[in-house]
Amino acid sequence: MIDKKCQRILDKYRKENGSVISVLQDMQEAFGYINEDAVNWLSEKMNVPASSFYGVATFYSQFYLKPRGKNIVIACCGTACHVKGSEAVINRMRADMAIAEGEDTTSDGNFTLENVACVGACSIAPVVIVNKKVYGGVTPDKASAILKDYDKNYKGR
Amino acid sequence: MAAKKKTETEPKTGTKRKAASGKSSASVAATKPKAGDKTAGDLIIKVCVGTGGLAAGSQDVINEFTRELQARGIKAEIAKKCVNKTGCRGFCAKDVIVEILHKGSTEVYQLISPDKVSRIVEEHIINDEPVIEWLAGKEYHAFHDRQTKILLKQCGQIDPEDIDAYIGVGGYEGLKKALSQSQFEVIEEVKASGLRGRGGAGFPTGLKWEFCNMSGEDTKYIICNADEGDPGAFMDRALIEGNPHSVLEGMIIGGYAVGTREGFIYIRAEYPLAIQRLEIAIKQARGKGLLGKNILNSGFDFDLHIKQGAGAFVCGEASALMRSIEGKRGMPRAKLWRSAVKGLWDKPTVLNNVETFANVPLIIMNGAEWYRGFGTEKSTGTKVFALTGKIRNSGLIEVPMGMTLGEMIMDIGGGMTGRNKLKAVQTGGPSGGCIPAKHLDLPVDFDSLASVGSMMGSGSMVVVDDTTCMVDLAKFFISFTQHESCGKCVPCRIGTKRMLEILTRITEGKGREGDIDLLIEIGTDVKTTSLCGLGQSAPNPILSTIRFFREEFEAHMDGHCPAGACKALRQYVVNVEACKMCGKCARVCPSGAITWQPKTKAGISKSKCVKCGACYEACPFNAIL
Repeated sequence: MIDKKCQRILDKYRKENGSVISVLQDMQEAFGYINEDAVNWLSEKMNVPASSFYGVATFYSQFYLKPRGKNIVIACCGTACHVKGSEAVINRMRADMAIAEGEDTTSDGNFTLENVACVGACSIAPVVIVNKKVYGGVTPDKASAILKDYDKNYKGR
Repeated sequence: MAAKKKTETEPKTGTKRKAASGKSSASVAATKPKAGDKTAGDLIIKVCVGTGGLAAGSQDVINEFTRELQARGIKAEIAKKCVNKTGCRGFCAKDVIVEILHKGSTEVYQLISPDKVSRIVEEHIINDEPVIEWLAGKEYHAFHDRQTKILLKQCGQIDPEDIDAYIGVGGYEGLKKALSQSQFEVIEEVKASGLRGRGGAGFPTGLKWEFCNMSGEDTKYIICNADEGDPGAFMDRALIEGNPHSVLEGMIIGGYAVGTREGFIYIRAEYPLAIQRLEIAIKQARGKGLLGKNILNSGFDFDLHIKQGAGAFVCGEASALMRSIEGKRGMPRAKLWRSAVKGLWDKPTVLNNVETFANVPLIIMNGAEWYRGFGTEKSTGTKVFALTGKIRNSGLIEVPMGMTLGEMIMDIGGGMTGRNKLKAVQTGGPSGGCIPAKHLDLPVDFDSLASVGSMMGSGSMVVVDDTTCMVDLAKFFISFTQHESCGKCVPCRIGTKRMLEILTRITEGKGREGDIDLLIEIGTDVKTTSLCGLGQSAPNPILSTIRFFREEFEAHMDGHCPAGACKALRQYVVNVEACKMCGKCARVCPSGAITWQPKTKAGISKSKCVKCGACYEACPFNAIL
């Protein structure tokens, strides 16, 4: 399984003369996160130390070292969202999802909640993105209603 | 000049595009439905499909229009051609915006949802009577009429996924003109225009090109910085989504002027739609011989690649961005030499912002003199700003440099939402500063903004009212820069952390004596000793808020937040008159601080309250203060 996926990434990398970042991006696409075994596999074949992969993967916020939830919820924390009350939205979602301190994924693996700096949709702040669909003007109540569409057992108020 | 001829004739031969002569929208399909059809005559429906538009459901509106037209006997392929996708008009607060060109007149509808489509088709298109109550009102016109759109002119007019639409409005003419001149002439024209980099620092673009051109190396690179990381800025996204070819054209001209064969567009992964549109645009440009070998038979070879960022703000910094393209950790290097001498893979490199490149074709087409006609002596041209926050008409605006803050906020922005008063404007994102309301007559250009301790940055402008706490806002920005600091140099890594700690304790009412002066001291040190632009500008939001709002910092030291925004300093109390005894507050309180029984008014125990604000949010009657 790992062999097959990694071989595909390796072929693409050789053909397009890619970089460690593009390899990691492809790996994340294939596995959903940065898989340690896959890193070791590719490190050997590419003759690039695994530490280089780790260095890049931990530098950029886009790479995840742990598997992620089924639904990806992205809450924008940009300036416009902040002054329009994104904090209350985020606090409500975190509380309702019951995500443990220091984690970002629910225990049942249904949701991953992430904060990003700015998605550039400031005129419809506060913004929440669920699985790439953009929702504007989100309030704590609206967030609950939105998330219920993705999980009917969602414990929103 | 076979290739040249081809592009000229293309719009006429394209089955889709019949030049609607004399109209500003010559670019767009003017389709004649079959004779005898009820909607005989030209009909074009333009629907905004930027990120804001799509979030408001513009794809559903498009589908509904196509379906409605078909239901009224218009053939499927004609109906599809009538409904055009366009880029962002900048007024996303009123999305979905629909413009209908019908029988020579143009009407703009705002806040359109799929259920309104049927009535518009029935009354406007069939019976020629526009639905007046849904037309864009005074606000829309006030918002647009005061702007000077040269860069954004085609955003919201042409289909961004169709190169013929761009060519139809004079696109790639600038490139043809540039290729008929020498590299030197192109650089001189850009220098004469006075164009300064739109990424924030305002370095003269022509000069940068000249440095790179004269470096004497064979291999050079040109990079477009589309890593728009400033929270609150989205002009680059809108430009790429709305008119990607203008950016490509600028880059090809730049590539020709500095003498390179390869270019990169470094774009953040958070902009999937913009990436998709760029990919389409590059493919179309290659198909027309505008990219690749021997462009327009001039003997000039040039090609472009897209590089996706991976979520690091510091990669907006030139040298960090180049490390990132090389596939390494995006950490800046010391400025021992310019990028124009040693940049990407240690080769001479020109790096410009999206908006800078979009200006170039216009300058080459219309000449430096024309361009100098906009803006001020030292800051020429126009600038696109993202006007957001507690303002009525928030959106993307393009104005000549030198317009005052007041005109932008009050006239174009339509003033504040609600009854709250304007307190300050935050410009330049985490590198900029807060400008208080008393400076509303400040002209907005590179030098005036610097004179009040802020900066142009990429052009974000967040308007805040008196419910926003300035200390909290400063904390917001420093927590952003602290998180994004790459950790390479000590002043930025440790300085931002310490400043965040101090601000955090001040907002929690635990500020210590001398903290404000300590902030100024650390901030000044970080500013002067950091390695790159991120650290050098990170203290700006703090230093400028202390400069203009010191009394708010002092109030926090006394345990009081004047804006009522800092939760730890709040005292929640029940307004007994407004309380309807519903008990919702008692149910959400995590600490059992609320005393409530059925049919009695609620009360809050000060000793048990953890100030989480849950009751405040839960109360349907605003009875908790």
